[in-house]
Amino acid sequence: MNAWQMAVLLGVAALWVLAWPLAVLASIWVGAWFINAEIARGSWTGRRYFVPLLFGLTVLLVWELAARMFGISPAILPPPSMIAAKLAGSLPVLWGDFVQTFVKGALSGFIIGCGAAVLVAIAIDRSPFLQAGLMPVGNFVAALPIVGIAPIMVMWFGFDWHSKAAVVVIMVFFPMLVNTVAGLAASERMQRDLMATWGASYWQSLFKLRLPAAMPFMFNGLKIASTLALIGAIVAEFFGSPTQGMGFRINAEIGRTGLDMIWATITVAALAGSAFYGLIALLERGVTFWHPSQRR
Amino acid sequence: MKPIVPILTVLAAILALWYLGTVRLNAPWVYDQAARAGQEVPFTTLLRETMHQERPVLPAPHQVAVGLWEGITGAAVTSKRSLVYHAWITLSGTMLGFVIGTGLGILLAVGIVHNRAMDMSVMPWAIASQMVPIIALAPMLAVVMNAVGASGLITKAIISAYLSFFPVVVGMVKGLRSPDAMQLDLLKTYGAPGGAVFWKLRLPASMPYLFTSLKVGIAASLVGAIVGELNQPAGLGARLLQGSYYGQTVQIWAALLLAATLAAALVALLSQTEARVLGRMGMRR
Repeated sequence: MNAWQMAVLLGVAALWVLAWPLAVLASIWVGAWFINAEIARGSWTGRRYFVPLLFGLTVLLVWELAARMFGISPAILPPPSMIAAKLAGSLPVLWGDFVQTFVKGALSGFIIGCGAAVLVAIAIDRSPFLQAGLMPVGNFVAALPIVGIAPIMVMWFGFDWHSKAAVVVIMVFFPMLVNTVAGLAASERMQRDLMATWGASYWQSLFKLRLPAAMPFMFNGLKIASTLALIGAIVAEFFGSPTQGMGFRINAEIGRTGLDMIWATITVAALAGSAFYGLIALLERGVTFWHPSQRR
Repeated sequence: MKPIVPILTVLAAILALWYLGTVRLNAPWVYDQAARAGQEVPFTTLLRETMHQERPVLPAPHQVAVGLWEGITGAAVTSKRSLVYHAWITLSGTMLGFVIGTGLGILLAVGIVHNRAMDMSVMPWAIASQMVPIIALAPMLAVVMNAVGASGLITKAIISAYLSFFPVVVGMVKGLRSPDAMQLDLLKTYGAPGGAVFWKLRLPASMPYLFTSLKVGIAASLVGAIVGELNQPAGLGARLLQGSYYGQTVQIWAALLLAATLAAALVALLSQTEARVLGRMGMRR
């Protein structure tokens, strides 16, 4: 036991004398931390999952106890158990929101936007002039706060999911375009020459060499786009939506200070976001199995 | 040669498309008006009429430019009708949040690199947070902060801070780990203490990564500030929402363009600093 650990233990002990609710929280936190530190130092193979899991659970436990022991109003910070109960109790509503925002808004926009970006990338691939012009513009636009376009899209396409899909299309287009163009340039000169010596046509060389070589870049773009899509769909709903959707739910529950429902919606959004991302990562592993980053 | 000609061509094409869209999208209103008055609309009149409507579906670029110009110069800087005033409100929230978020992000990254338990506990969550739409928390945070009694600026800054926090953590951890084993071994053979390894090797090596994530972070901060302003009386986000309530499209576009300019200026400023810092350190790529 080193000096640091001694100091922490003494501090917790002092807390027990001064204020016991704080001491309970501090003890749980420090205890879990020591367990994690021990396991992290070891060589157990399951520690990759166990350590972050224990950390997450500790956060939830401390949150729960703090909310209850200090009597924090549920209008400010509802305890996790309350959120879980709300989540379990309003599954039909949350499912409706999920379909409205994720399936209709984010997913359709994602597919249209990314598809269009790939087509445009292939189209401008043959023109160095257009590339030289579009790439800086694309890079520039990718850094802009495009979600601000949401009120305009809501005006043009109405309150339903079409306007959300439109925002998502615009948000995902440029990151995807920039990545695909970079990917199409990724095949090596030698490989392209080889295709030429075999008398491969432009399209053969595109489908057999350059698109496969572009896959790691395109999946990078898809991953960025997957996050942006959900953000775009949710934020667009803050500017107007039918009486359904995650963004609508968050805004509506703010008016009623139903923070447990907001947290439940955010949980669903987080799960949907990570599942979407995970799915793309899985696809990537299958498609780009040859790439060094996928070797195990 | 700088690719200035192609860029200008693309920009001109975008402008041309914009004008085309203006005519196309605003035409129904003109036809509608003419039908009510029982008149035919020749094409030249149509062109003229679509360019200066009060509440166009898509304002023409010059309308937006005029709106922007009037917003900036038309009123005193301190007036609520001045866009400079609103931009300043947004910018102050962005900057405060950016500084807080980056500072905490760098601190956490240093902790993660030096503490194995912290690395294994926190890092997976920091990475996971990148694929979750954490911006959905913004409106709720605004309400909670309001209930606690924080000012509008602090509320916005906190939203901005947590949006810029995670990119900086992930980027900085990568950067602080970027020195290879050979360099670390060399410092070890010199008998360098941990502090010296950090200040003389890890921190300098992390600079390119830091600037990359700073650029991502400041863009995220600005988005956070704008979304955080949706429930507030002033700021570019508030202008966007008010514009959409009252159908003031020119106002929306002007606010949007100003936000874009702000983002571009901030990123450009960081790029300049990056070029200068990396140049002085002999790391220019």
